[in-house]
Amino acid sequence: MIRTNELRKDFTVRVKSGRFRREKRVVEAVAGVTLSIEPGEMVGYIGPNGAGKSTTLKMLTGVLTPSGGDVEVCGLRPVPQRTKLALNIGVVFGQRSQLWWDLPLHESFALLRHIYRVPAAEHAARLRRCRDLLDLDDFLDIPVRQLSLGQRMRGELTAALLHGPRVLFLDEPTIGLDVVSKQAVRSFLAELGATGDVTLVLTTHDLADIERLCERLVVIDHGRVVHDGTIDALHTRYGSRRSLVADLADPLPDGFVLPGATLVGVEADRHRVTFALDGVTAGVAVAGLVAAVSIRDLSVVEPDIEDVVARLYASTDAP
Amino acid sequence: MGELRAYAALAGAQARSVFSYRASFLIELFSNVGATVFDVLSVLVLFRATDRVGGFTLPEALLMTSITSAGFALADFTVGNVDRLKVYVRAGTLDAVLVRPLGALPQLLLMDLPIRKLLRVVFGFGVLAVALRMNHIDWTPARVLLITVAPIAAAVFLSSIFVLSASLAFWWVDSGELGSAFTYGGRDFTSYPITVYGPLFRGLFAYALGFAFVSYQPALALLGRPDPLGLPAWAGFAAPFVACAAAVVAAVVWRTGIRHYRSTGS
Repeated sequence: MIRTNELRKDFTVRVKSGRFRREKRVVEAVAGVTLSIEPGEMVGYIGPNGAGKSTTLKMLTGVLTPSGGDVEVCGLRPVPQRTKLALNIGVVFGQRSQLWWDLPLHESFALLRHIYRVPAAEHAARLRRCRDLLDLDDFLDIPVRQLSLGQRMRGELTAALLHGPRVLFLDEPTIGLDVVSKQAVRSFLAELGATGDVTLVLTTHDLADIERLCERLVVIDHGRVVHDGTIDALHTRYGSRRSLVADLADPLPDGFVLPGATLVGVEADRHRVTFALDGVTAGVAVAGLVAAVSIRDLSVVEPDIEDVVARLYASTDAP
Repeated sequence: MGELRAYAALAGAQARSVFSYRASFLIELFSNVGATVFDVLSVLVLFRATDRVGGFTLPEALLMTSITSAGFALADFTVGNVDRLKVYVRAGTLDAVLVRPLGALPQLLLMDLPIRKLLRVVFGFGVLAVALRMNHIDWTPARVLLITVAPIAAAVFLSSIFVLSASLAFWWVDSGELGSAFTYGGRDFTSYPITVYGPLFRGLFAYALGFAFVSYQPALALLGRPDPLGLPAWAGFAAPFVACAAAVVAAVVWRTGIRHYRSTGS
């Protein structure tokens, strides 16, 4: 569905270097990204600010002309076949609106039907589905400029889907939303992805979006892909482990060893201990611990994706 | 066909958006006529001081002015707002336009169609009608054809200048008002018989850039006057072709510019 090979985008910036002189400097925003995304996949595309996420997305949607490399979306070349591609993709830019600011929301939807030349029946069916899933009915008659950010984002999602795109690109769709609106957007996207009809590419800074929605995670930094795989693969690669936190009835004996786990933390006068699991299941570790000491409370903590990603960004700091 | 309906829908949406601020729309609609009135007034004032300018009488000069005003009003109404491109390039709004299955330029123009300038067009063509009555034109089929085409050719030519100067923003976001030198400057230049200008300035604007063909040459052909500057009589009928050539150049530059577009961060 999406294929890129050594995709590059350079920008020339002029930097002041002296009173009248300006120096030309070439910045590689995207420095050779090779990706292959199959139909129906849901891919999270993440990276720190300025890593080249949005630039990649803009090259995939035909907004920007690549400086080098190949790109193909839905079998089309984005820039030369821009208008043809536009009929096959939906785009939500979290910080740019596709809606008509001064008109009631429902008028934007009617206009998009003309712009994308969608048969009336199909349009009505898709709109009805979005209205149900996103609760649009309360604000369909309100001009877009008066909508709250959460309402507007639900409108944007609908607008991007009314022509039945095969690929949906979302650039930070949850940015600035409150918890409830975030949840609404996520569960809508999850439902959409579950149908398998739409390929979904999502950039975000909110890793909860990724955990909830995307099997596959592509991490980009300084214009290069630094990870491409599942979230689990990321944890394995960066050695993040599940951990076992236990509150003990008595202080932990000196020199205690739990097979298959490493003691990583001792608190509260040796009453609270944390073990990182080295490949054994939580069950085996708990059984081992219960057999040796008496336990008041116990919890298994999943590795935190934020930590892993923070470490990943830090480790690739120098280009 | 479907595309035309899409463009019509865009124009309709712009009209409804504008009418949602009704009072300010009506004020702008009428205050806009003022600008065109002043173009004509300035010619009238000039003739209070002298009865000939550059070898032309008031009615003759008014004919040139009015072809320009009608053409400029039409160009400014349909294409003039393209000079907001620099705002869109700076803000990155162009992205939203580029992901839709329609041409970027027509979308930008229709989404911003300045309906408040509509009365200017009406006024411009009104003055043209008056100027035609004031001159004693020997109507031949060729001249009837010319007067139907001339204001449109003028509009196409000036629109091309609008698009060209706006396209600067693709390369140079701070293009500022440089483009206005050619759009509004071009209008002012063509409002007077080009015989009033010095040879160097005239050579550049009138012939190198083609502004002589907006109103001066067609007016000569309508009046049946030989060109004091020596161009043959058929030059007046060349106006539509000059306009087409300008439109082609503008289209090529625009397309190149879009490829050059850099967007903005996230």
